[in-house]
Amino acid sequence: MSNINPNAKLNKKLFQGDIEQIPTRFGYGEGLVIAGKENQNIMALCADLTDSTKTSEFKKVFPDRFVEMGITEQNMASLASGVAAVGKIPFISSYAMFSPGRNWEQIRTTICYNNQNVKIAGAHSGVSVGPDGATHQAIEDIAITRVIPNMVVIAPCDAIEAKKATVAAAKYKGPVYIRFTREKTPVMTTEETPFEIGEAEIYRWGKDVSIIVCGPLLYEALKAAEELAKEGVEAEVINNHTIKPMDKETILQSAQKTGCVVTIEEHQAAGGMGSAVSEILSQNHPAPMEIIGVKDRFGESGEPNELLKAFGLTAEKIEEAAKKVLKRK
Amino acid sequence: MAHLSDGQIEKLEATANTIRKDIISMLLEAKSGHSAGPLGMADVFTVLYHTDAVKHNPKNPDWEERDRIILSNGHICPVLYAAMARAGYFPVEELKTLRKFGSRLQGHPHRLVLPGLETSSGPLGSGLSQSAGMAYAFKMDKKKNQVFCLMGDGELDCGQIWEAAMWAGKNKLDNLTAIIDRNNIQIDGFTEDIMPLEPLADKFESFGWHTIEIDGNNIRAIYDALQQARAIFEKPVCIIAYTVPGKGVDFMEQDFNWHGKPPSKEEGEKALQELRTLGGKISGE
Repeated sequence: MSNINPNAKLNKKLFQGDIEQIPTRFGYGEGLVIAGKENQNIMALCADLTDSTKTSEFKKVFPDRFVEMGITEQNMASLASGVAAVGKIPFISSYAMFSPGRNWEQIRTTICYNNQNVKIAGAHSGVSVGPDGATHQAIEDIAITRVIPNMVVIAPCDAIEAKKATVAAAKYKGPVYIRFTREKTPVMTTEETPFEIGEAEIYRWGKDVSIIVCGPLLYEALKAAEELAKEGVEAEVINNHTIKPMDKETILQSAQKTGCVVTIEEHQAAGGMGSAVSEILSQNHPAPMEIIGVKDRFGESGEPNELLKAFGLTAEKIEEAAKKVLKRK
Repeated sequence: MAHLSDGQIEKLEATANTIRKDIISMLLEAKSGHSAGPLGMADVFTVLYHTDAVKHNPKNPDWEERDRIILSNGHICPVLYAAMARAGYFPVEELKTLRKFGSRLQGHPHRLVLPGLETSSGPLGSGLSQSAGMAYAFKMDKKKNQVFCLMGDGELDCGQIWEAAMWAGKNKLDNLTAIIDRNNIQIDGFTEDIMPLEPLADKFESFGWHTIEIDGNNIRAIYDALQQARAIFEKPVCIIAYTVPGKGVDFMEQDFNWHGKPPSKEEGEKALQELRTLGGKISGE
């Protein structure tokens, strides 16, 4: 772990087989309870998916501030705008495909155009949702949220960061979208790992190539970096959890240092985090890039790891992309 | 229950007429916008903003104890703007800036630029949800504020309205009053041809609402219905206000072609003359 940034205070078991595995949505449940204790205006609204979104944790502790919406995602988004208009801080949750998927226009007009203090928690993002198949695998949610003015977009890398992002979103004034995932994924960070909305964190230092990631695939990037190091390539790995507003400074400094960039996300390659990085680079410091993501297709049924492999979202693919982009420098 | 005196009614009818003239002048100036809905709803907005039926304070738009007036069908905003200006929220001269670059009077209302607006609206079908959210939050905090949601009948096509109607019924939001502009027209034609809504009152009743049906161009009936709505407990209230689209301008009345367009210069002059003379009742024009 030579080049791992000690200030990131990552899990000491990072590359051991017994690293803890927890779904990021569990961090949402925990964070929501903490936020609820800190501020009595916090409310949780859910559209008939209370257990799987882990809104149930909040419901247990604050039954009076939990609201069952039924399967009315459009109503839920606008209704949240209404409760926010009289001083509440509502978190609305469903699967990302339905919120912010189905209710996008309500989010745009009644939440963001009104600039109301509503938090949108999208569970079950990415193809790793697994057997449920394409209809339930949100791989467009970053694209559709980041284009809306006033919106903040966060994709936490693990359960601990998901908890911190939830607590931070509660304190931030304005609309925030946070995407969560269904499956258990490695807990890379610790309670001590720094987290601020809008501040990307360098988890591994390197001089040859920048690997910029959001979400649990960060683990694949860290593994890829270790493998690349064996071949003499030092990759810098950045946890770019806030897609909007993006930490331009950290991204640019890293790209200026390494001269080439690989991005990876469990999302369409078009319009997502990688696209947002390319918007920054192309206008400030053009550098060769490889954007790893889903290539303009829908997901499908399968086991999560099987799907990640089939869609090319693995450490091996990151290594390949790094080698490819190095040649383009 | 409070009632309006004949003298008050007369004064309010004059205010409604002034608001109608404002609407025509605004549309003439803007050269785009909706005619029929705003004219039809002038009487309702007169009662909302110019009587004690709704608690509000033009000099202190953010007054915490105010009731909330939510315009769901944002396209009829000329009537909202005119009623607000005449109530003192902003200078009447500003009405001429409707739909112009830099104006606080956006083509569809934008909350963040004009004090006194509770929501931004335009895309149909979401006002009832926002209103239900406000009503629910007021009940959580045991506050007495009432929420009045203005909706068009055409927007009742939207599924979201019924999501909100179901939810408000379930939660017994008796501090929520929906006022439906039942003028029977929408852009493509008559509502019953485009997407039949009847039996409308039965629909709301079956969703757990109390319904009141009134002549939406009768100031006394509007005022009384709002008083009655406050006195209903355990249920949200839906006032179905039967209005004449284009009310006050003979050639626009009941014609769906006037839903979404402004009058031409000549038509506007004609409309203004009719409003000035109250349809020929006043001579000496």
